[in-house]
Amino acid sequence: MTKHLMKGNDAVIRGALLGGATEFFGYPITPASEIAHAAAFYFPLAGHTFLQAECEVNAINMLYGASAAGSRVMTASAGPGVALMAEGLSYLAGAELPNVVIDVQRAGPGLGNIWPEQSDYNMVVKGGGNGNYKNIVLAPNSVQEMCDFTYKAFDLADKYRMTVFIMADAYIGQMMEPVELPKQVIHGKRKDWAIYADKESRKNLVTSIFMSVEEMAAHNQKLCDKYERLKNEIVDFEEVDTEDADILLIAYGISARISLSAVKELRAKGIKAGLLRPKTLFPFPSKRIAELSEKMKKVFVVELSEGQMLEDVKLAIYGKAPIELCNWMGGMVPSSKDLINKMGYGD
Amino acid sequence: MTTVIKHQKPSAFYDEFFRKGPGQKTTHYCPGCGHGVAHKLVAEAIDNLGIQDRTVFCSPVGCSVFGYYYFDTGNVQCSHGRAAAAATGVCRTLDEDRIVISYQGDGDLAGIGMGAIMHAANRGENLTVFFINNAIYGMTGGQMAPTTLLGQKTTTSPRGRTAENEGYPIHMSEVISQLEAPVFVERVTLGDAKGVMKAKRVVQKALQNQVEKRGFSFVEILSPCPIGWKMNSMDARHWITEKLEKIFPVGNLRDDTKEPAPVSIPRMKLTDEELIDLFKSGEVESVKAGSLLNEQLVKVAGFGGQGVMSASALLAKCAVAENRHATWLPSYGPEMRGGTANASVVISNEAIGAPVVETPNVLIAMNAPSLDLFEESVQPKGMVIVNSSLIERKVKRDDVNVMYVPATDIAIELGSVMTATIVALAVYAAASGAVSVETMQKMIPSSIKRKNLVDINLKAVEAGLKYYKEHYQK
Ligand code: SF4
Repeated sequence: MTKHLMKGNDAVIRGALLGGATEFFGYPITPASEIAHAAAFYFPLAGHTFLQAECEVNAINMLYGASAAGSRVMTASAGPGVALMAEGLSYLAGAELPNVVIDVQRAGPGLGNIWPEQSDYNMVVKGGGNGNYKNIVLAPNSVQEMCDFTYKAFDLADKYRMTVFIMADAYIGQMMEPVELPKQVIHGKRKDWAIYADKESRKNLVTSIFMSVEEMAAHNQKLCDKYERLKNEIVDFEEVDTEDADILLIAYGISARISLSAVKELRAKGIKAGLLRPKTLFPFPSKRIAELSEKMKKVFVVELSEGQMLEDVKLAIYGKAPIELCNWMGGMVPSSKDLINKMGYGD
Repeated sequence: MTTVIKHQKPSAFYDEFFRKGPGQKTTHYCPGCGHGVAHKLVAEAIDNLGIQDRTVFCSPVGCSVFGYYYFDTGNVQCSHGRAAAAATGVCRTLDEDRIVISYQGDGDLAGIGMGAIMHAANRGENLTVFFINNAIYGMTGGQMAPTTLLGQKTTTSPRGRTAENEGYPIHMSEVISQLEAPVFVERVTLGDAKGVMKAKRVVQKALQNQVEKRGFSFVEILSPCPIGWKMNSMDARHWITEKLEKIFPVGNLRDDTKEPAPVSIPRMKLTDEELIDLFKSGEVESVKAGSLLNEQLVKVAGFGGQGVMSASALLAKCAVAENRHATWLPSYGPEMRGGTANASVVISNEAIGAPVVETPNVLIAMNAPSLDLFEESVQPKGMVIVNSSLIERKVKRDDVNVMYVPATDIAIELGSVMTATIVALAVYAAASGAVSVETMQKMIPSSIKRKNLVDINLKAVEAGLKYYKEHYQK
């Protein structure tokens, strides 16, 4: 088994190129910049496109054009940049154009700071731009998953004709860990709806306009049906020590890493803690959370925000178990000890 | 030579506008609107050049938002102002024989989309832009555009545009022609028949340039909007020749097409094997190792230039080589540029939870502020390595195991102050056995970017080991 030691941000580009990405358009922002650095280095070497756009707004519109032209296309940013992309993301969703966006979350609102938060949850998981739409949102919690999730994101994007977000955070992006790279290269296939500037695709149109209300309504319904289907087809999560647990922690990304340590430490104290870690934030593992909550004395939602994922957990549990939010903001990342204290199980 | 405007439908137009709602034989444009004429000139040029199959038409937001009703080409409808960016995406994706058109109005291109067009032009995208300047926002109801003339009344300049309040009409062709990259910039008019004839030739020329892969061509078309201007068609045409052309003079502003067309170099795509090979470098070779007794929570801290980041990354790499779980988390961002730096390294036999080291059991303090900052956080019985070259004080705690190592002095003696942290790391490796000194020696050649520094780093390991043996080995 051969491994590399690299940053999450570097692993993204390995996963992307092996996953068939051919165009990268982006704009630098801390703590996501290493992704652009790696893309600038590797995409041209592989014979592909790297272009630094003049701003995030135009970067996402370059994705729009490139995706319309059938390519496997991506960008990477952090909260302030993703916010600027909201309009483009809405167009991409309306036109059903596949693409992959990495959000290395930092603290906000505004310029905030460059330390980890998970406060882009609402913006990314609920949509972010105008109109009825969703993104597929994958939440890696290790460098290995930064690579693996990006690797499979392009297939998912093409299959569902959607934006796939890799929802990382500053620590998952900046830290180095061992990673094993995929051994096969995946390639995108020709899309019958895309525009290749040839005779066969001349009839094709990429647009998000539906002038008649009936057509617009039908298009919306089609999108909603697709989002509904995702709930049966791609929900993914990890469980640790949940079988006999009577308290449950729910966390994703860096918070899940800390929660994992906390679960181990709580178990050592004889407290029956378990962890559920969503790997997909949309679709959200609501069904499993609802099932698990029935036997829990309490459910703890651990996140680096004011309690954004909390709302999805509340909807899933629907009063079947008491819920408590254990949160940090501003770039503060707790130790497992801090977390245990906040949960009320400190020494 | 006289050019005749054909009156049959160009083949680059659909025979019937099936994407349109009712009235599929006529366009959605108002009577006397310039868009119909401009569309026709573009469609005829497409026909004449025989490029219909390989043309992609990017339509904007504005009255020409429905360009795809008419053009029987590939069609991409873009968001407001971003057509030049979306067109860039199309250009960069498809092979070189594609023809990409960005067709935009004045609000779209010169208002909200100013950034996108300037940068597409400045990059010299092999792209043809048709810029319809009618000095007004048509679709949204006759509001002021960046090209609206001084004194011109619109729904958002009801008393006429004033320089004081709204600034001056913007001259896009002049602005674009100031950039280095564009090969062709010309302003034409649809104000009279002569103007239309000339426009026809210029439109085709701008597309011909792209066929020849020459780069960025920009055609500004002064175009009537009788509805927005509240005029009949005839008056609108006169207003162009009498008013608009006075402020926006027609003519060529750039034509570099006499030069030979640049030769493009095809891109080399890697095979799957080559791509996989590309990532082979940097693989961590695995080595035999003894057992790790307990989880190592290491904090390495100092200032820039002491090798804190590279040495701590080397530590993590050694742990990976020895098949441990390992994480390395740096401080990053502006903090780094301020000169202080620290990194957390966790080495464990099991999957690692939090990568943040809040309570280290090993602290390598390379300067005084680092010791001040982290001393208290070290776990009881933890190990503290102090760079005694730069830290004069002793460790205050008596429940930790301290080693004082003049790492900077040793490093200077070796010839590179940057190896100071490597010296300290070797002491830690020798004392703890968390990673072996041999592994460090093995990993250094592939970890040091500047090959002439490999030797000195290896010497730093030896020096650290020697210092440990002489002063602390029991
Ligand atoms: S509003 Fe003006 S530009 Fe728009 S279609 Fe009518 S005449 Fe043409």
